[in-house]
Amino acid sequence: MSARPRPLSPHLQVYRWQMTSVLSILHRGTGLFLVLGSVMIAFWVVALALGHNIFASYQAWLGSLLGKVLLAGWSFSLFYHWANGIRHLLWDAGWGYEIERVYMTGWIVVLVSVVLTGLLWLLPVLG
Amino acid sequence: MATFRLPKNSRIEKGAMYSCSGQHGLVRRFKIYRWNPDDGKNPRLDIFEVDIDECGPMVLDALISIKSDHDSSLAFRRSCGEGICGSCSMNINGTNQLACITPMASIDGEIAVYPLPHMEVVKDLIVDLSHFFAQYASVEPWLKNDNPPLEGERLQSIEERGRIDGAYECIMCACCSTSCPSYWWNPDRYLGPAVLLQAYRWLIDSRDDSRDERLDQLQDSFRLYRCHTIMNCANACPKGLNPGKAIGEIKKMLHQRG
Repeated sequence: MSARPRPLSPHLQVYRWQMTSVLSILHRGTGLFLVLGSVMIAFWVVALALGHNIFASYQAWLGSLLGKVLLAGWSFSLFYHWANGIRHLLWDAGWGYEIERVYMTGWIVVLVSVVLTGLLWLLPVLG
Repeated sequence: MATFRLPKNSRIEKGAMYSCSGQHGLVRRFKIYRWNPDDGKNPRLDIFEVDIDECGPMVLDALISIKSDHDSSLAFRRSCGEGICGSCSMNINGTNQLACITPMASIDGEIAVYPLPHMEVVKDLIVDLSHFFAQYASVEPWLKNDNPPLEGERLQSIEERGRIDGAYECIMCACCSTSCPSYWWNPDRYLGPAVLLQAYRWLIDSRDDSRDERLDQLQDSFRLYRCHTIMNCANACPKGLNPGKAIGEIKKMLHQRG
């Protein structure tokens, strides 16, 4: 027998991305990002307690381009994680495992989270 | 802990090119993962051209023709050639399939062939399945019933027999388990979709009376609950089975048992 250790066959490097795995990793990614979002909200409250000046500069930072991009990310993450969470609850109740249903509910979750994020950001502009 | 990059000895290098003039007809190009345990080198990707008028229609036919015409050292498993033995499971164009029932015509352009993902490679397209089968043995995939049958055989109603439809057809080719990212990151402790589908097959068999004992064995945050309903398994299964659904049913059984 050869003493050379056997190689590990390629996995992420070669496996085709498909809706099943993409939505699953997105669920995890948005969940992690939302943890950062809760820190942002905590800082917001702390800034409020620290006084007018600090709160005003924190608000200004949130209103900057970077702040807006982050807020847009957080709002999308919240809607996506919420909608896909309902999809997980349906699975846990025993419904929706057939591949056609996995894809159908997957597209619904994507559509709902994009539309809700769009509405949230468009309403103040239109409104 | 999940490691996303391949270890140093597993990174793939450029390999050889075997061309074919294709005087007789259409030439298809194959990109095939190679690893030789004896030459001390890293895995490589060889390119082979195959005249598809000279061989059968399936990816396995092309592999056999490469082995006989280009390079007799190409190693892969195959046996029945009709999707029932589960030997020729491999990663073809990014998804796990049986080479013998995957038509070349279903793939556009170059055909990439790799061994089943995130497994130890024995040689070329052959991976070590011993751990996978040890996990299969760990769920005791046989009838367990201490009471002797009333007379003769243990009979089932048509409905009781129907419950194992969609579970008993599994051929243990490992396409599903090796398509599952959760199994990639925890192959030592998570049983994976194929083995859990078989665990389910014995849980719902009306003749088996060790259900509680089987459920006790599965009630574990790794063995069962590393399934996060990614559902790559059902997408990969060449027999059209749904291991993810069976795992969901096991989770429900455990919940109902309390």
